[in-house]
Amino acid sequence: MKRIAGMLLVAFVLTGIVWAEDALLINGAGATFPNPIYQKWFDEFGQKNGKAKINYTPIGSGAGIKQITEGTVDFGASDGPMSDEQLKAYQDKHGSAVLHFPTVLGAAVPTYNIPGVTASLNFTPEALAGIFLGRITKWNDPAIASANKGVQLPANDIVVVHRSDGSGTTYIWTDFLSKVSEDWKSKVGKNTSINWPVGLGAKGNDGVTGQIKTTPNSIGYVELIYAATQNIPYGAVKNSSGKFVKADLASVSAAAAGAVKEMPDDFRVSITNAPGAAAYPISSFTWLLIPQKFSDASKRDAMKGFLKWAITDGQNEVEQLSYAKLPKAVVAKEIKAIDQIQ
Amino acid sequence: MNARLRWRKFVSGFMLTMTGVCTAVSVAVLFFILGYLVYHGGASINWNFFTKLPAPVGETGGGMANAIVGSAKLLLLASLFGVPIGFLGGIYLAEFSGSSVGFVVRYAADLLNGVPSIVIGIFAYALMVLPFKHYSTFAGAFALGLMMIPITLRSTEEFLHSVPRALREGSMALGASKWRTIASVVVPAAYRGIITAILLALARVAGETAPLLFTALSNRYWSSGWNQPTASLPVMIFTYAIAPYDDWHRQAWAAGLVLLGLILVVNILARAILARGSAVPRS
Amino acid sequence: MATTTTTVPGASPAAGSRSFLSKLRDGDEIARVITLLFAASVVLITLMLVLQLWHGSALARHKFGFNFFRTSVWDPVNDEYGALPFIYGTVVTAIVGLALAVPLGIGAAIFLAELAPQKVSDMLEFFIDLLAAVPSVIYGLLGVFIVIPLMRNYVQPGLKAAFGFLPLFQGPAFGVGFLTAGVVLAIMVIPYIISVSREVLLSVPRDQREAALALGSTRWESTWKVVVPFARTGIMGSIFLALARALGETMAVTMVIGNTPTISASLFSPGYSIAAVIANEFSEATGDLYVQSLIELGLVLFLLTFILNGLARLLIVVTAQRGSGMGHV
Repeated sequence: MKRIAGMLLVAFVLTGIVWAEDALLINGAGATFPNPIYQKWFDEFGQKNGKAKINYTPIGSGAGIKQITEGTVDFGASDGPMSDEQLKAYQDKHGSAVLHFPTVLGAAVPTYNIPGVTASLNFTPEALAGIFLGRITKWNDPAIASANKGVQLPANDIVVVHRSDGSGTTYIWTDFLSKVSEDWKSKVGKNTSINWPVGLGAKGNDGVTGQIKTTPNSIGYVELIYAATQNIPYGAVKNSSGKFVKADLASVSAAAAGAVKEMPDDFRVSITNAPGAAAYPISSFTWLLIPQKFSDASKRDAMKGFLKWAITDGQNEVEQLSYAKLPKAVVAKEIKAIDQIQ
Repeated sequence: MNARLRWRKFVSGFMLTMTGVCTAVSVAVLFFILGYLVYHGGASINWNFFTKLPAPVGETGGGMANAIVGSAKLLLLASLFGVPIGFLGGIYLAEFSGSSVGFVVRYAADLLNGVPSIVIGIFAYALMVLPFKHYSTFAGAFALGLMMIPITLRSTEEFLHSVPRALREGSMALGASKWRTIASVVVPAAYRGIITAILLALARVAGETAPLLFTALSNRYWSSGWNQPTASLPVMIFTYAIAPYDDWHRQAWAAGLVLLGLILVVNILARAILARGSAVPRS
Repeated sequence: MATTTTTVPGASPAAGSRSFLSKLRDGDEIARVITLLFAASVVLITLMLVLQLWHGSALARHKFGFNFFRTSVWDPVNDEYGALPFIYGTVVTAIVGLALAVPLGIGAAIFLAELAPQKVSDMLEFFIDLLAAVPSVIYGLLGVFIVIPLMRNYVQPGLKAAFGFLPLFQGPAFGVGFLTAGVVLAIMVIPYIISVSREVLLSVPRDQREAALALGSTRWESTWKVVVPFARTGIMGSIFLALARALGETMAVTMVIGNTPTISASLFSPGYSIAAVIANEFSEATGDLYVQSLIELGLVLFLLTFILNGLARLLIVVTAQRGSGMGHV
């Protein structure tokens, strides 16, 4: 008995030793979508900047908003902008505001798995709304076939796959559908988590990807990165100018560029169904949520330095990882906004 | 040998073979899982894995050293919290309690056992993270420790009960007080079963992700002391498995393999250090 | 004037109650109190948890009342929540999981305890315990990549062909659903059943077996009719452990159950469980009613566990044999 107690005590003491680390640890948490690029950025910035170590954990956009409001992390990240109520809640709790800074762009794409069909399909907004509402049930339905002349679509039942967990991707997808379909807007609405009329739920982008890969005749929506790196076919969507655009880095950035004119000063904007012939209609920013007031000056300086770097030099790294760059006009606006952080 | 006896012998042989089949199926599943992990993650296990910090996507040479140490710290602290409560509580139930108090405690332990790990995480978050306004290893260990209590408690009680009365009575006849009997005779006799249960509880919490996401969060760097967020193998597995990169998927499998290896090592060490054989002869 | 009675340590009347001081000196009372405190802390922790859940779901409870148990709609956009499909899914998957795991687990435990040579038994036990350490995320991934295709391509069509007349095995086979979740749960809880049952069986005194064999029973009869009943409460205890795990399992279930709040007689249908929906939606849930409804679901799971445990205990008491070892529940 004493032997064990002794050993445990020694182990406890050893592991509890604080080995000297005078680097500053800054903690952030939030969206899972930008995790890969954030990890790369924080890593590089940490190497350049020695003193500050920025630690980011992907726990979900909503969780990121919650934690920054509670004050358990130094900054947050979200795929969907905070609502007015959430901003007010933060303000009430902390006495100062929280600022949004777009960092990269992503897109939600319709992916599918139809045996025998290798072509890239075209989807009209009406077709997508109909499929996800459960009105269009077969692949060879005229609503789909009319946009895909020349492709042999089978008469099989469509298996719809959606997200089971709350997510920014669902938000973008339903935001788009609400804009293009009155029916969708009134019957279902937009949110990170909704009451889906039809379909199977899969957890995470990876879950949907996996489900689609293994389920014939399925259709779902995932972040562009997943479709691109996991080799599942995805289709083009008709944008507000009437063109069928497939999501790629250029078309996503074009969507942001198109929305710049209308961009509010706090950067909380939805860019789905953006104007522009080359724009991909289901695109979105992802934001870092930074408190306007920092109690710790060194943390503040580190974050400001990081932001400045990330939206300028850091943008050179994003395309390798299949994220779309911020348009220059947005970057210029953000640089001015960084000075608001005190 | 009449017909009835023949039938009974046949049934005996058949059923016992079936039990062998059950064992074979269970073990086969395990080996299949191990094989799968080795096949998919084996290539990613190298010296770097055990010594380096995680690297961003696309860069080679990264590892999960901080997650391995983090998991070890969490499990150690969780055991220090959960095992004494379960063990001593189990002693109470087996040796001292009346039937009504015992009933309530057992029921409570079973209820606690059935709580989804995510709810434990939320509970631990409200208790250990929110008031202090930061995530910490402490909070993570608290959540894991909670989950270890029910298995330890129920099993300790069960195995103490299985020690024959004769041993207890012999000891007391020699003049030992009750607590001395428990400490020196009964508990050592039930050692095997109790250690098995503790190791089982440890194995269970070693793989839990959800509670850690609410309490210890994660850390790309080394976590010093007990008060900072810490990386852990299950959280790394989760984060990497849901990413769109095949390289990270492989690392997730590798981490799963390492986690199993960690538990295996703990199992072996614990049994080696604490093995005394049973005081009660095995059948 | 009051007469004081002095207590002389040790010199207590033959009637039997020793003085407090003498008990203290022996250390027994201290031991009792200390262990009582620890046991009580378990109850305290559980109570605190329940209170937290109760408190955190106040809004939802007041709004929905008992309708929460009867409605099937789960709509975060319109703030309408009902628990029925989740309760159904939790119960069904737990039943399927246990139905598969208990026979397999007890069978394997019997083999390991009674038939296998000690070294082999110990070694196999080592490995089976490892199954408990596999993170549930990995079980989920294995479920997605292996079990689901297996189910969709072989098992479900096979079951449909053989037993399709039963409502249990009707409907389209997606691969995900109650049956798949049950199978994954079975794999996850087997190590608990085997490990604990084996230890309990090993601790059954030799003379019980020998007495049975001496009376002329076959090996199997002595095992099944004498040893196993003797170890009954321990085995039931392991099933409790397994049940608890099956009810509360989060990650692995959500990856294979289909995450659709449906109530269906068919085991092939996709469904949802309480733990899965909390895991999926809690982090992102905004809006007080939404969050509180999820917390209320946690409370409902508690209630479910409470009831199922109660029923199982009732079963033990009702089928109790005299003289079959421990009688506690």
